[in-house]
Amino acid sequence: MSLSVIYAILFYFATLLFIVGVARKIVIYARTPAPLKIPTMPAPLTKKGVAWRLTKEVVVFRSLFNANKWIWLFGWLFHVGLLLVLLRHLRYVTEPVWTWVVLIQPFGKYAAFAMLIGLFGLWARRFLVDRIRYISSPSDHLMLMLLIAIGLSGLGMTYIDHTDIVSLKAYVLGLMYFDIQPLPSNLYLITHLTLVVILMIIFPISKLIHAPGLFFSPTRNQVDNSRDVRHTAGWTAK
Amino acid sequence: MADFDTPVLKEYPIIPLIKKGSMAHSKPYVAKPDIQAGVGFPGELVDNWQEVGVKKLGELVSGSRALQVFLDTCVKCGACTDKCHYYLGTSDPLNMPVARQDLLRSVYRRYYTFAGKFFPKLVGAKDFTKDVLDKWYSYFHQCSQCRRCSVFCPYGIDTAEVSMAAREILDTVGVGQKYCNEILGKVHKIGNNLGLPKPALVDTMEGLEEDIKDETGIDVRVPVDQKGADVLLITPSADFFAEPHIDGLIGYAKVFHQAGISWTVSSYASEAANFSMFIGSNENLLKTATRIRDAAYDLGVKRIVVGECGHAWRVAYSFWNTLFKDMDFLDKKYPMPSHICEVTHDLIQRGALKINKEANDHRRITFHDSCNVARGSRMGNIPGGQFIIPREVIKACANNFYDMAPETIHENTFCCGGGGGLLTDDLMELRVKGALPRMEALKQVVDEYDVNTFVAICAICKTQFAKTLPYYKFDMDMITSLHQIVGDSLELGTND
Repeated sequence: MSLSVIYAILFYFATLLFIVGVARKIVIYARTPAPLKIPTMPAPLTKKGVAWRLTKEVVVFRSLFNANKWIWLFGWLFHVGLLLVLLRHLRYVTEPVWTWVVLIQPFGKYAAFAMLIGLFGLWARRFLVDRIRYISSPSDHLMLMLLIAIGLSGLGMTYIDHTDIVSLKAYVLGLMYFDIQPLPSNLYLITHLTLVVILMIIFPISKLIHAPGLFFSPTRNQVDNSRDVRHTAGWTAK
Repeated sequence: MADFDTPVLKEYPIIPLIKKGSMAHSKPYVAKPDIQAGVGFPGELVDNWQEVGVKKLGELVSGSRALQVFLDTCVKCGACTDKCHYYLGTSDPLNMPVARQDLLRSVYRRYYTFAGKFFPKLVGAKDFTKDVLDKWYSYFHQCSQCRRCSVFCPYGIDTAEVSMAAREILDTVGVGQKYCNEILGKVHKIGNNLGLPKPALVDTMEGLEEDIKDETGIDVRVPVDQKGADVLLITPSADFFAEPHIDGLIGYAKVFHQAGISWTVSSYASEAANFSMFIGSNENLLKTATRIRDAAYDLGVKRIVVGECGHAWRVAYSFWNTLFKDMDFLDKKYPMPSHICEVTHDLIQRGALKINKEANDHRRITFHDSCNVARGSRMGNIPGGQFIIPREVIKACANNFYDMAPETIHENTFCCGGGGGLLTDDLMELRVKGALPRMEALKQVVDEYDVNTFVAICAICKTQFAKTLPYYKFDMDMITSLHQIVGDSLELGTND
C-alpha cells in the first residue's frame, strides 16, 4: 500500500475518532444533570450576562489572567497562535482560498512562533516552578512535546525544506472528495501529519477536552437567579 | 496551645515552596457507629469498600455535570496552586487545589476513563487502595470548600464539589467524620447543631430579653414559636449562646423591634446551619432544609430571614428554592429567603431605623467577607451585592471603616480557616495555619489604620477567629458580629 493510501486511511480514522469522541463527550456533558445552582459568585443575573462571562473566558482567559500572569501570557500566546495557524491551514481545504484566509496568511506565518513561545514557556514552568513540577504527570509533558513537535515540523516546511504545496493541496482536497491523490514525500510533512493524527485521536480522551468542557462548567455557565426561578435537575427534580 | 508552630506573619505574603507530607498527620476523629447511624451511613469500613466506593464515585459523576466536567477538563496549568489558604499556611503540596482534586481524579481515571484503564502510569491514574482512602480522609478534611480556587480556575473547577463528593464516598464506605456527622444527627433529632431542646431555648431567649432590658431599659422581645409572626428568623444556633455571636442576635432583635416587625425563631428548626453540604450528602441536605420549610408553614409566617451564617446563607439563597416544593404560602413581596443584612439595609434606606453612629466611635472596623456568602450567594439585586450591602450597613452605623487589601476581600476573600466542617479542636493545627493569609491581611490594616474591630457575618468565622486570633497575637475580642455594630448604634427609645 502506498504512503498516500496509508495516510488517507489514518486521516479518515483519526477524524472519525475525533468527531465521534468529542460529540460523545458533549452529549455526556449536556445530559448529565446539574441538580443545584452553583455559579461562582458574583455571577451574571441573565443568560446574556452568562454569554458575556463565557466570551471573556474564551477570548481573553479572564480568570487565568486574574490568577497568574505568566501562565496567562504563555497560555494565551499559544492558543491565539494556534487559532491563527489553524485558520491559515484553511487554505489547504478551500479552492479558491477564501479572501480572509489570504489576508491573515502573513500573520499566520508568525503565529507559529507565538504558539511555540507559549508552549516552551508553559513547558519551562513544569520544570522551574516547584508547585507545577509537583502536579505534572508524564502525559502533561508528552502533550506539550507533541504540540511542540507539530509546530516545529510545520515550521520545518516553511523555513527549511519546502514541501510541494500544490500537490499537498491536491492530496488534501482529494481526501475530501474520496479521490486519493499522491502525497508529496517530505520528512517534515510526514512527521507533521503523523503527529496531528495522534493529536486528533487523543483529543477526546485526554485533558484536551477542556475546550468544549468550559462551556458546560456550572460554576461559569449558570445564571444567578435562584431566588426568582426554581431550578431543578437530576435528584432535585424527583 | 497545641504542639505546632504558629506561622509568622510576614510583611508581604509569599508563596511557600512545597514541603511534601507536612500535613499528612492531620486527620479529624472518625465517627463512631452510632453517629454514622444518625445520618444514615454504615458504622465502620464495609468489607467490599473498594467496590462500593468506586461504584458510588461513578454514580456521583453521572449525577453531577459539575463533577463530570471538573474531573475531565483540568489541564494542570497551575493557576490554582497558590490560591488555597491551607496550602499557603501549611506548604503541603496536597493542599494545592489541583493536587487535592487529583486524589480523587486519579481514582476516577483508573476506573472510568480509557487512558486510566490502559495507561495508568502515563496519566497518573491510581487504584483505590487503603492508602488512597486514608489520604482522602486526611486531605479532603483539609479543604474548607471555600471555592477560592474556582474563582481563578480558567474552567471554573470548584474543589468544593470534588471534596463534597469525596466525603460522600467516605461516608458511604463507612468512614465518616465525627464532628460533622454528630452535629447533623443532632439537627435531625432535636433541631439544632447544639442539641438544645425547646425548654432550654426558651430559657435562653428569656435571659436574653432580660439582658437587653438591663442594658437599654427597653422591652425587646426575642420570641420562640410565635404563631402568626411575620418573620421566621433562621439563624445559626451559635447565635443563642456563643460569643460574639449572641451580640449579633441581640442586634437582630433590636432591628426588628425598632422597625416594628413581628418575628420569631422556631424550636423545631432552630438551626440555619446545614452541614449536609459539607459532607456532600443530598439526602441529609434535603432532610435538614425541609425542617425549616415545615416550621415556616406551621408558624404561618410571611417571610423567612436568615441570620449571620455563611454556608447557611449559601444553602438558603442558592438551594432552598430548588429543595422546597411548595413555598406559595409565603408573601411574594419579599425575596425568599432574605438575609438579615438585606433586611437591615432596606430599613436603613427607608429611614426606619434611628442610628447614632457615634456610638461606634471607639471602634475602627474592617470586614471579613465570608467565603460562602462571597462566592456562593448574593444579597440585594445586583451582582456583588453581597459585598456592598454588609459594608453599607456597617458604614451607616459606624464612622471608622477600613477595607483589607483588595486581593483578600470580595470574591478574592480568604477563608477564616475553619469552614466546611473543619471547625473542630482535633484540627486545631490546620485551623491556625489555614488562618494565616487572612491574618496577614488583617495585620496590614491593624498596622496602618489601628483597626480594632474585625466584623464577620458567619458563625463559623466568628468561632474560628475567636479561637485563632490569639495564636497570632491579636485580641480575641476583635471579632465582632455585624449586627452588634448595628445594635449598638440603634437609639431604641426614640421610635416608640
